[in-house]
Amino acid sequence: MRAIVRLAAWLYAIAIYGFIFLPVVVLVLFSLQATSFPIPPFTGPSLRWYQAVLSDARLTSALVNSLLVAVLSSLASVTLGFLSAWGFARFVLPGSAFLRGLITLPLTVSYLIIGMGLLVLFNWAGVPKSLVAAGIGHVVINLPLCFAIIYSQMGDHQINIERAARDLGAAEWKVLLMITVPVMAPAIFAGFFLSMTFSWDEFVISFLLTRFETTLPVEIWNLLRSGLNPKTNAVGSLVFAVSIVLVVFFELTLLRRKPA
Amino acid sequence: MSVSGSNSRALPWALVTPALAWTLLFFVLPFIAMGFSSLTAHEGGGFTSANYSQFFIDPSYWRAMVNSLEVTAIVTVISILLAYPFAWILAEMVPERWQRLALMLAVLPFWTSYVVRSYSWLLVLAQNGVINRALTGIGVIGEPLQLANTRLATVTGFVHFFVMLLTLTIFANLKQLSPSYRKAAADLGAGPVRTFLHVVLPLTLPGIMVGAFLTFVLCIGDYITPQILGGNNELVMPQLVMMQIGRRGDFPLASALSIILMAVVTIAYLACARWLKIERA
Amino acid sequence: MSAPLVDIRNVSHQFGQLPVLKNVSLAIDPGSYTILLGPSGSGKTTLLSILGGFVTPSEGKVFIRGADCTAVPPAKRPTTTVFQDYALFPHMSVGGNVGFGLRMQGVDGATRAAKARDALALVGLAAAFDKKPHQLSGGQRQRVALARALVIEPAVLLLDEPLGALDLKLRRQMQDELKAIQKRVGTAFIHVTHDQEEAMALADHCVVMNDGRIEDEGPPERVYARPKTRFSATFMGESTILAGTVTGVKNGIVTASTAVGPISLPGASPAGATVALAIRPEHLALGEAKRAVALGSAKVGDVVFQGSFKRVLATSTLDPALQFIAKASASATVQAGDTIAISCNAQDMILLAD
Repeated sequence: MRAIVRLAAWLYAIAIYGFIFLPVVVLVLFSLQATSFPIPPFTGPSLRWYQAVLSDARLTSALVNSLLVAVLSSLASVTLGFLSAWGFARFVLPGSAFLRGLITLPLTVSYLIIGMGLLVLFNWAGVPKSLVAAGIGHVVINLPLCFAIIYSQMGDHQINIERAARDLGAAEWKVLLMITVPVMAPAIFAGFFLSMTFSWDEFVISFLLTRFETTLPVEIWNLLRSGLNPKTNAVGSLVFAVSIVLVVFFELTLLRRKPA
Repeated sequence: MSVSGSNSRALPWALVTPALAWTLLFFVLPFIAMGFSSLTAHEGGGFTSANYSQFFIDPSYWRAMVNSLEVTAIVTVISILLAYPFAWILAEMVPERWQRLALMLAVLPFWTSYVVRSYSWLLVLAQNGVINRALTGIGVIGEPLQLANTRLATVTGFVHFFVMLLTLTIFANLKQLSPSYRKAAADLGAGPVRTFLHVVLPLTLPGIMVGAFLTFVLCIGDYITPQILGGNNELVMPQLVMMQIGRRGDFPLASALSIILMAVVTIAYLACARWLKIERA
Repeated sequence: MSAPLVDIRNVSHQFGQLPVLKNVSLAIDPGSYTILLGPSGSGKTTLLSILGGFVTPSEGKVFIRGADCTAVPPAKRPTTTVFQDYALFPHMSVGGNVGFGLRMQGVDGATRAAKARDALALVGLAAAFDKKPHQLSGGQRQRVALARALVIEPAVLLLDEPLGALDLKLRRQMQDELKAIQKRVGTAFIHVTHDQEEAMALADHCVVMNDGRIEDEGPPERVYARPKTRFSATFMGESTILAGTVTGVKNGIVTASTAVGPISLPGASPAGATVALAIRPEHLALGEAKRAVALGSAKVGDVVFQGSFKRVLATSTLDPALQFIAKASASATVQAGDTIAISCNAQDMILLAD
């Protein structure tokens, strides 16, 4: 009886793994298709669609745009998030709970609605659609995340560490640069990394707020209009590969930085 | 005790003001703009409540909201039912040293682009896609099934994503449980089934509620998955909103529909707040 | 007697509506080892925070070396604090931690390293210079925190429950070392604890605090032998408390009526006053009237073997509310359920106003 239950459990786990991996395997497999349709039977392997992607100026410039928006908006998010988390954690401010709630509020609102709001505002104020506009939207969604992560890590122990530094004669800016930032580095890093991945993958805000120059997810979306196409498989597989490399890299570096 | 060595009053405000200003300028203000916009007429401007009344009068708009709620409810329930046993197997049956790897694998497709993920399901579910070819190949069916552009496709795409997300959160929840709870229950004579029902499940329930709420919010506001997989046969709210902008540039109506969608999410939040609070305490 | 190094004058403090210090005045001599002893909530940690500059008192003044330091920030006053959780900088080496204060003073790297090594040698950790804090044991971290605070040569070193996180054996060992280091460097130490054994072992000057006030202060021998208040008689070591009313005073001899009969002892108190007579456990004699003052008989409730002695708890047969706490030799045959006579000497009883 026990053995049957165990067997059933393992079969179940394998089935779920299968479900989770099915679309990814299909995606990658048919990116190597030699013919023009990413459907069975498999005719590859061939790298022609990867060549097509890399020689497509629209896709490569969208990739650069995406990276730029992701890095810059994440830097802005993590900086604003860190400073505000530090301010709220270290000082007694009137209405602190309310203000903290305000900063984290965008976390509970759909990207679509945030994007809509910015679209209406920018339209009304005459701000043209651009990558900067999309970047602003990305900071709106990632700032609360960075704030929440960093704020949650600023415990009493950190407060005492900063006190010790002040007690030993460090000026406020030295406490910040020499103590707080290095000690909070894992949380800052985590906030930055998460912001990067969310911005990198964000579609609807970029879709609403950019026009000619746009980000990779929007460009992929444009590709989709031409129906099933191994080129889309190839670009999707490339994005996936880059993400995996990044995840493994961060996983290893974060694991190595095990705090005491 | 939040007493600080610094006596400066200006410093704390200098730290928090940029983030607050950003939130006010690019989150609160757009919201107000959207509110105003939703109360103006698309043709010729002027104050009107027509954008809201249109939603309540036009049954196709209603239908989109009902579709959204139905899809979201189905996705949330199926995802939890699939993810909980899976997370439990990972946490309880997989040897400790392999758990991290097993979990990383289980959420690996998380890192594909979100547009690409839906597209991948299209490859699987298309008329001449993998599933139809496989089924006709082995002779189970004669004619290919209509799988893409259906509610089933939308739900499949969503469930794929949320099973990964919920596996992560439920796994974390199960690992947080001190093993002594289970030992204590076993010590007091409870079998594995009763231990699970009376100890493990109630203790992980708050975490499940948080995961369910997250699923609800992300699912009901998503445009990509229903647009790619469900197509235009059965619209959900985000598709309706985007349609107003894309086809007709009707910002006021799109604003009104966005606000209605947000109101529904807020009501759901208030309904769940009781359970979500348990988690925080 | 020299001028006090630290002079706390009429300090009061509130957190919101809650008063935590009530008009506290205290003088501390150069080179002394002062212990602030009290239960949690007694205000001892707040007083230390006020000395360290982390809290500005609601009322009153703090003078250090004659200068008014009441509102001076921690960095600018001649005090350094050793925190309860040590607050070592986790991203710096032990040497970097110890050298931090000197670095803030602009001391060059070579001098800094040399002084840091000296300070580490002082606490017996010369070899740990290049290690990271997480590679050290609790006791070693404690020493690094001490070295880090001492290296900048403060006038006063403040220690916030410095041994609280250590296990008992290590705590006793670190006590001895703390005392030795303090004697060697000659810096005034002010040390907060709730452990009365720690207080007796370390203090030159013991300050017993309760409910935001100083209950008693002085050399630990005096505070133990002659506590000034009932609180200090029970917090700094145990006591049997005998309630009574003064019936007569004559020639420095007070007579009080108690549950076990009239008792005369040396002291001064107005007639009619309610008083408490405190007796230390080692001053109670068990068995047939061995000492001058008979305290009636008592039924033994519990005998706890403590290694070098037995702790005996007994309830008076005359007054069930009266609990005797006595110390018997390890070889004593007294058992739970026995009824025994209890006595003591008049000069060993401490007369406390109630």
